[in-house]
Amino acid sequence: MHQHTLKELSVLLDKKEISSTEVTQALLERIETHEPTLNAMITVDNDGALEAAKHADAAINELGGTASAGKPLLGVPLIHKDIFCTEGVLTTCASHMLHNFKSPYDATVVERLRAQGTVMLGKANMDEFAMGSSNENSHFGAVGNPWQTDRVPGGSSGGSAAAVAAGYAPVATGTDTGGSIRQPAAFCGLSGIKPTYGRVSRYGMIAFASSLDQGGVLARSAEDCAYLLGPMSGVDPRDSTSVDQPVDDFVTALDGSGLSVTVDSSGDAPLNGVRIGVAAEYFSDGLDKAVATEVRQAISKLESLGASIVEISLPNQHLCIPAYYAIAPAECSSNLSRFDGVRYGHRCESPVDLEDLYKRSRDEGFGREVKRRILIGTYVLSAGYYDAYYLKAQKTRRLISDDFAEAFKSVDMIAGPATPTTAFARGSKTADPVSMYLNDLYTVSANLSGLPAMSIPCGFADGLPVGLQLVSNYFKESELLYVSHQFQQIDDSHQQRPRGFE
Amino acid sequence: MEWETVIGLEIHAQLATQSKIFSAAATAFGAEQNRQACAVDLALPGVLPVVNREVLAMAVRFALVTDAEIGRHSVFARKNYFYPDLPKGYQISQMNHPIVGTGSVEIVLGDGQRKTIGITRAHLEEDAGKSVHDEYSDFTAIDLNRAGTPLLEIVSEPDMRSAQEAVTYAKRVHSLVRYIGICDGNMQEGSFRCDANVSIRLKGDEKLGTRAEIKNVNSFRFLERAIEFEVERQREILESGGEVVQETRLYDADRDETRSMRSKEDANDYRYFPDPDLLPVEIDDAFIDAQRASLPELPEVKTARYISELGLADKDAITLAADKSTADYFESLIGAHAMPAKLSANWMLGELFARLNRDQLDIDDSPVDATAFAGLIARIEDNTVSGKTAKQVLDGMWDGKGSADDVIKAEGLQQITDTSAIEAMIDEVIAANPSQVAEYRAGKEKLLGFFVGAVMKASAGKANPGQLNQILKNKLSG
Amino acid sequence: MSIKPDEVRNIAHLARLGLDESQLSEFSDDLSRTLDLVDQLNQANTDSVEPLANPGQCSARLRDDVVAETDQREKLQTVAPNVDNGFYLVPRVIE
Repeated sequence: MHQHTLKELSVLLDKKEISSTEVTQALLERIETHEPTLNAMITVDNDGALEAAKHADAAINELGGTASAGKPLLGVPLIHKDIFCTEGVLTTCASHMLHNFKSPYDATVVERLRAQGTVMLGKANMDEFAMGSSNENSHFGAVGNPWQTDRVPGGSSGGSAAAVAAGYAPVATGTDTGGSIRQPAAFCGLSGIKPTYGRVSRYGMIAFASSLDQGGVLARSAEDCAYLLGPMSGVDPRDSTSVDQPVDDFVTALDGSGLSVTVDSSGDAPLNGVRIGVAAEYFSDGLDKAVATEVRQAISKLESLGASIVEISLPNQHLCIPAYYAIAPAECSSNLSRFDGVRYGHRCESPVDLEDLYKRSRDEGFGREVKRRILIGTYVLSAGYYDAYYLKAQKTRRLISDDFAEAFKSVDMIAGPATPTTAFARGSKTADPVSMYLNDLYTVSANLSGLPAMSIPCGFADGLPVGLQLVSNYFKESELLYVSHQFQQIDDSHQQRPRGFE
Repeated sequence: MEWETVIGLEIHAQLATQSKIFSAAATAFGAEQNRQACAVDLALPGVLPVVNREVLAMAVRFALVTDAEIGRHSVFARKNYFYPDLPKGYQISQMNHPIVGTGSVEIVLGDGQRKTIGITRAHLEEDAGKSVHDEYSDFTAIDLNRAGTPLLEIVSEPDMRSAQEAVTYAKRVHSLVRYIGICDGNMQEGSFRCDANVSIRLKGDEKLGTRAEIKNVNSFRFLERAIEFEVERQREILESGGEVVQETRLYDADRDETRSMRSKEDANDYRYFPDPDLLPVEIDDAFIDAQRASLPELPEVKTARYISELGLADKDAITLAADKSTADYFESLIGAHAMPAKLSANWMLGELFARLNRDQLDIDDSPVDATAFAGLIARIEDNTVSGKTAKQVLDGMWDGKGSADDVIKAEGLQQITDTSAIEAMIDEVIAANPSQVAEYRAGKEKLLGFFVGAVMKASAGKANPGQLNQILKNKLSG
Repeated sequence: MSIKPDEVRNIAHLARLGLDESQLSEFSDDLSRTLDLVDQLNQANTDSVEPLANPGQCSARLRDDVVAETDQREKLQTVAPNVDNGFYLVPRVIE
C-alpha cells in the first residue's frame, strides 16, 4: 500500500479497488512500526485520519469516483509539516514554546487540501520554527534518514522528507525559507518543489522569515508534486503577499501543454527548445566531488533529452549565505516576538513581574538555534548596525536577484547541485553553526530572489541520494515540473527505496 | 530675560473605518473585553496583516486638504518593543515612506491674524490594546479590542509659539478631520489625542531648547493648561540655572500639572525595518482623483458662500461653518427643509446654541434635530407663533413634548391672526381706557405701548404682534 | 566582528531572552562567528543599489473596509495560559 504514488492511489481509489480507509489504516500502521526508528512525526492523528478517510470513501461512493468528483486528491493521505496550523490538532513548530498549542484555525494550505478531500495522517517533525538544516533542532528529538538512520534527513522539513521516503504517505507539505524543502528532498531521495514567492498562501504557516518563506511539496516524483501543488496554490485574501495570478494546470503541464517554451513530449527529445543554464559558481570548492559527478551526469541526461546547455554566470553567488544570515534572522527576531507567554504558548511558572514573564518564558520556550537567530537578528537591526548589516544585506539581495534576471535573458532554467554534500552524520555539524549554515549554499538564492526551485533525485554517492536543483523564472513552476518529469522518464533514481523501507 | 515658547504637536486621529487597519474585526467603541479581537489582532501564530483600503483613502483625503505631498510609494515598517497590550511584539507603523508628506494648515489667531503651521508628515499605524490596572490586585488585565484600530499620526512642525496657538491649531485639525469624515473627533473616547512637544528658548535664539513631550491630554482645555504649566516649569528651571531634561511627561488633569513618566532604565531601540508581511502600497492618480472628488466643501469655502450667497454676517458664517456637524445642521435647515437662511442662522446661533451650551451637549446629541428645528422655524416664518412664544415652544420640544406643532397645539400657543378676534380685543381695551385714549389722540403717542401690552395681555400673548399694531393704530387714530 | 558577553546581554534584553552567564558566553562565540560570515557582505559594492525587501515586483493587495470577523473570544482563549472574565492576565505592571 505504501509503495503507491499519489497518482497511483488516486486511480485505485477512483476504480474503488481500494478504499481510503484501507490505505489510511495501512499507513497509520506503517507509521507506528517505523516511528521508533525515524521519529519523523510530532503528532499522528489516528482518529482524525480515519474519520476523514470515512468521509472520503462516502464521497467517492456518492460521486462515483475521484475522477468524476473532479477531485483527484479525494481520499489521498498526506502529512503536514508541523508549521501549518491545523484546527484542533497540535501545531508545535517543533518548539517547547508551542508544545501545547492547538490552533483555533486552519492554515489556508490545510483548508484548501482538506476541501480536496485529502486525509491528514498527522504532523511531521521539523527543525524548531524551521530553523535548521538537519532536523536536529527539534524539541521533539532528531529525525533519522531512512537511507541511513544515523544520518540526518536534512531540514527544516526533515520530518516531511523522512516520512515520505519511508512510505508513511505519498506526499507531504513542507516550507522552504533557505532550502528547507529542497535540501531534505535531496538528502532523502525525493522530489521537492518550492514555488515562486507568493504562489502559495502563507496564512497559517507559522512565520520564520516572511519575505523568504514559501510553502511547497515533498513527494516521490515530480508528477506527484504537480498533483499536490495545484490545489495549494493561488491568491489568498488573507495573505496580501500571495500573488493574484492564474495557477497553471501543473498536471497537464507534465506533458508539455501550456508552457511558454514550445516542446514536444511525444518524441525522444522532449527538452528540445529548453535552454538550461549551468553556472560555474555552483561547482565551486565547497562541492563534494561525488555529488558534482552525479549532478554533471544528470545535466548530460537533460542534454540528451534535447535541452541546450548554456554556460551562465551568477557573480554574486558567494554573497548569498552572508545576505541570508542577516535577513532571515532579522525577520525572525521580529516574527518571534509574539511568543511572549501572554495569549498562547509556554508561560514560565509563577512569573514575579512582566520582565520575568517575558524573559523566562522565552528562554525556556525556545531552543538554542532559535535563540541564536533571534540574537543575530536583533543585533543586525539594532541602532548603529542596521545600515552595515541589514540594509547592506538587502542591497546585496538586489544584486543577487539581478544576477538571475540577467541569466534568464538567455536561459529558461538553471541546473546545479541542490546541496554541497549528501546527508551527513547526525551530530557532525551541531557544534559549529556556521558549517551547518553552509548547507544552504546553493538553495538560499532562490529564496532571496523569490524564484521557484526544485530538487529531484539524480543518482547516489556512497549509497546516499544526490539532488539536482532546477531554478526557473517567476511563476514557471510548470516548466520545472515538466523538465523534472521528463528526466524521471529516463532516470530511475526517484524509484529507488531505502533498504528496510521498501 | 524674555522667553519664547516653541510647540509642536503630534496628533493621533483614530480613523473612522468599520474594520481595523490590518484585520476584518470591528472597530466599534465599547465592546466587552476581547470580543472584537480576532486571530490577526491577537497575533496568533501564522496570521498575516492585510491593509484596509479605506485607511489609505482617508490618509489621502487628509493630504489633499492640507496641501501635503502624497506618498505614492508608501511603506509599512515594524517598530519592535515588548508590551502586553502589543500582541505581535511590534507595532506596524510607517517610518521612511509615510503616506502623507510635508503639508500645512492655516489658523486664525485671536487678533484675526492668519498663521501657517507646517505639517511635517502624517503616517498610518495601528493602535495598541488596553492595559487595565484597577481590575485585579495582582494582575494587569489586557483587553485587545482596540489593538489594530487605525490611527493617522499627524506631526506638526514646531511652529506654534503659545498654548493658545497650539490649541487653535489642534482645533483646526480636529475640524478638518471631522469635515472630511476620517475621524469622529471624540476626545473622551480617545479618538483624537494630542501629544505636545514643548520647549522654551531666549527670544532671538536660533537653536531650539530641550523639549519635553507631554502625553495623555484628552481635551483642548487640558492641552492649553498642560502647555502653560510646562512652559512655566521650564522657565523656572532655566532661570534658576538648571537644565531641562528631554523626557516624556504625563499631564495630570486633577492636579493640573505635568509629571515625569517613570524613566526607562534602557533607551528604546525600536529596530524599525520594513514589514516583510506587507508589500509597499502604490497610490496612483486614479485613487487620488477619486478621493479628491469625494471631498466635501471645506469651512473656508462654506464661510465665503454663506456670506456672499446667503447674506449672513461674517461672524455667523464663520461659526456655522467651523464645525462639520453645525454646518450639516444648518444646511439641512436651509436645504432639505427650505427654511430662510438668516432666520435659521439667528435661531440656531441664538436659542439652539444657548440650550446646547446650558446642557453641555454637542449638536449631534441635540434633543431637537434639524428636522424638528425646521418645524419650529416654519411656524415662526408663517406667523403661527411669535418669536417670544417660539422660545417657549422650543423649551417644550427640548423637554421631549414632541414636534413644534405638537407643543403649539398641546399648550395652545397658536398665534391669533383672526382680524375680527384681534379687533374685538382692541375694542374692549379701548372701551376700558377712555382717558388714555383721549391722551393718545391728543398727541401722547408713547401710550401706544400701553395699549399693545394690554391687548397682548388680553390675548394671553398670542395675538399676532404685526396685526395687533396695525389694527390698534388704525382704531386709535380713528 | 567579536561580540562580547556584555553586548549579548544587551541584545538579549532587547529580545527579552533571559540568558544565564554560560549561555551569554556561548552565544558570544556563536554570534561572533556568524557575524564574521555576514561581514563578507563588505565584498559587495552596493553603491547606488536599491535595497530589496520583498522578492517580486508586486505592490500590496488591499482589502475592502468590511467587518468579516465575528466574536470568537472563547475559542481563541482556549489556548491562553491565564485568562479571567475575558481578560488576558499578566503580572501587575506598575505605571
